[in-house]
Amino acid sequence: MTTLAATAVTAAYRERVVLRECSFAMGSGEIVAVVGPNGAGKSTLLRVLAGLLRPTAGTVALDGQDLATLSRSQVARRVAVVPQIFDTLFPFTVREVVALGRTARLGSFGRASADDVVAVARAIDELDLAPLASRRVDRLSGGERQRAVLAMALAQEANVLLLDEPTVHLDPGHQLATLVLLRDLATRRQLAVCAVLHDLNLASAFGSRIVVMAEGQVIRDGAPLEVIHADLVTAVFGDGLEVVERDGHPAVLPRIASPR
Amino acid sequence: MRTLSVLALLAAGLVVSAAAGILIGAVAIGPGDVLAALFGSNDVNGTIIRELRLPRVLGAALVGGSLATAGALLQGLLRNPLADPFVTGTSAGATLAAVAAIVLGLAAPLVPLAAFAGALVTVTLVWRLARLGGGTTVLTVLLAGVVLTSFAGAVVTFLLVSSDRLALQLRAVLGWLQGGVSVISWPELGVAAIVVALGLGFALVLAHRVDAYAFGEETAATLGVDPDRTTTAVLGATALLSGAAVALAGLVGFVGLVIPHALRFVIGATHRRLVPASFLAGAAALVLADLGSRTLIAPAELPVGAITGLIGAPFFLALLVRSRRIVV
Repeated sequence: MTTLAATAVTAAYRERVVLRECSFAMGSGEIVAVVGPNGAGKSTLLRVLAGLLRPTAGTVALDGQDLATLSRSQVARRVAVVPQIFDTLFPFTVREVVALGRTARLGSFGRASADDVVAVARAIDELDLAPLASRRVDRLSGGERQRAVLAMALAQEANVLLLDEPTVHLDPGHQLATLVLLRDLATRRQLAVCAVLHDLNLASAFGSRIVVMAEGQVIRDGAPLEVIHADLVTAVFGDGLEVVERDGHPAVLPRIASPR
Repeated sequence: MRTLSVLALLAAGLVVSAAAGILIGAVAIGPGDVLAALFGSNDVNGTIIRELRLPRVLGAALVGGSLATAGALLQGLLRNPLADPFVTGTSAGATLAAVAAIVLGLAAPLVPLAAFAGALVTVTLVWRLARLGGGTTVLTVLLAGVVLTSFAGAVVTFLLVSSDRLALQLRAVLGWLQGGVSVISWPELGVAAIVVALGLGFALVLAHRVDAYAFGEETAATLGVDPDRTTTAVLGATALLSGAAVALAGLVGFVGLVIPHALRFVIGATHRRLVPASFLAGAAALVLADLGSRTLIAPAELPVGAITGLIGAPFFLALLVRSRRIVV
């Protein structure tokens, strides 16, 4: 059982404070969907949890250990981040990209052990990338490339998986496929998954928990049906959205004013 | 397996190029006499082979190998196929420091160290500027290179004109500036070889970490690379290699750009393979370019930088056009 927790974290880019005494915790087997308006601090929270941004106050703890005391390679063995940039101009093959996930565990001169080879093969398998494994990643479609970087993160064999808007460049079919995959992986590998999502419906459908952020703080945290309510949606995202319930999940629809 | 055969092929190519470089020259010397000269005959042939051709070929190999390796590292680190020591202004910075060392009258073995320091300052500056550019660094790096190169060029001109010490040997210095390996002495070669060995060693150790930069510095960090330490080390290795190359041969352009790029089509992008392959191919390429520079219009000689510029500049333009989607 892994836990990753931020306690009263304040974080800033130079003078601009983005997180204000924000607290958040997650554990194995959970899929936490972080939602909120632009500028609420969602991506910053993710960067703080990944140890990429040092908080100016508060702590982030990985299984009770202060993240700030761990080296990058120690963090990388336990926390994987799916990158938002997955463009490269260089002709890396899919297998080579997935193998980048083993960077923290390689021997000197980048020698791969038997474990490394197995982990890469398993990640390729789980994301159905076998037919593409020898293809150049810069020649794949956006969706295929994203699967490759997701496999790279899985190859890290970390217990925590962090994703910043993993569906942002995908069409609805691929969005759905990505999230189904994430849910399966979270269950099968007992991962703690935290994903920043813009789409409230996808968040409600796949999140075991929804965390709503506004102005640098977590303002609501709970099961989708408890959290996604008409008043909250109006308070956070403004007028013009209505919430209906369908098959035990809340759904958020635009309320279209009829032309006068 | 395929990698090993490519590396073996490149090594064989280097040996053949070097043999050609030693056998062919302004004075026709038969292969038997060349062998005799290599192993110590004390006639004119011995002097030509041991004091002129051999150091020249070895120098060209070191310069080409260093520049290509530095290019591979810079391209990987900056995620930019258009980067190399010449284009980024790193070579110009090294030149400026080397010329300043000569003007100040420092001992000859200190010149490569000065060149290293100049290269380190410049390449760090380029890295900082590229970082300001955010995601797309390609244009920033090129612009920074243009500015740094013309600034260094201006200061070098000033130093050349105002220094008595240099005015006397202006022709030699100008020849060196344009990229020439024609007059290389054994002591120079020895110092440069040590610096290059250091730089290449670092490059080989760091290679697999450079791969992690494929999706940016932040992703490198989440993959377990300490970005500050690794970046510093890679920039240091680049500076060692560029500094040694400049100390030996002045400004030789585009080797670092063309060689890694061409090799990626053959052996892929992984730096663990690309770094050693770049060294071998760069070395062979510059030995051949130097051979061309002294035979094309014999008995006159071109600086080898003219040959690499002639081939490299059109290649650079083609690359720029092809990668325009990331340049904007």
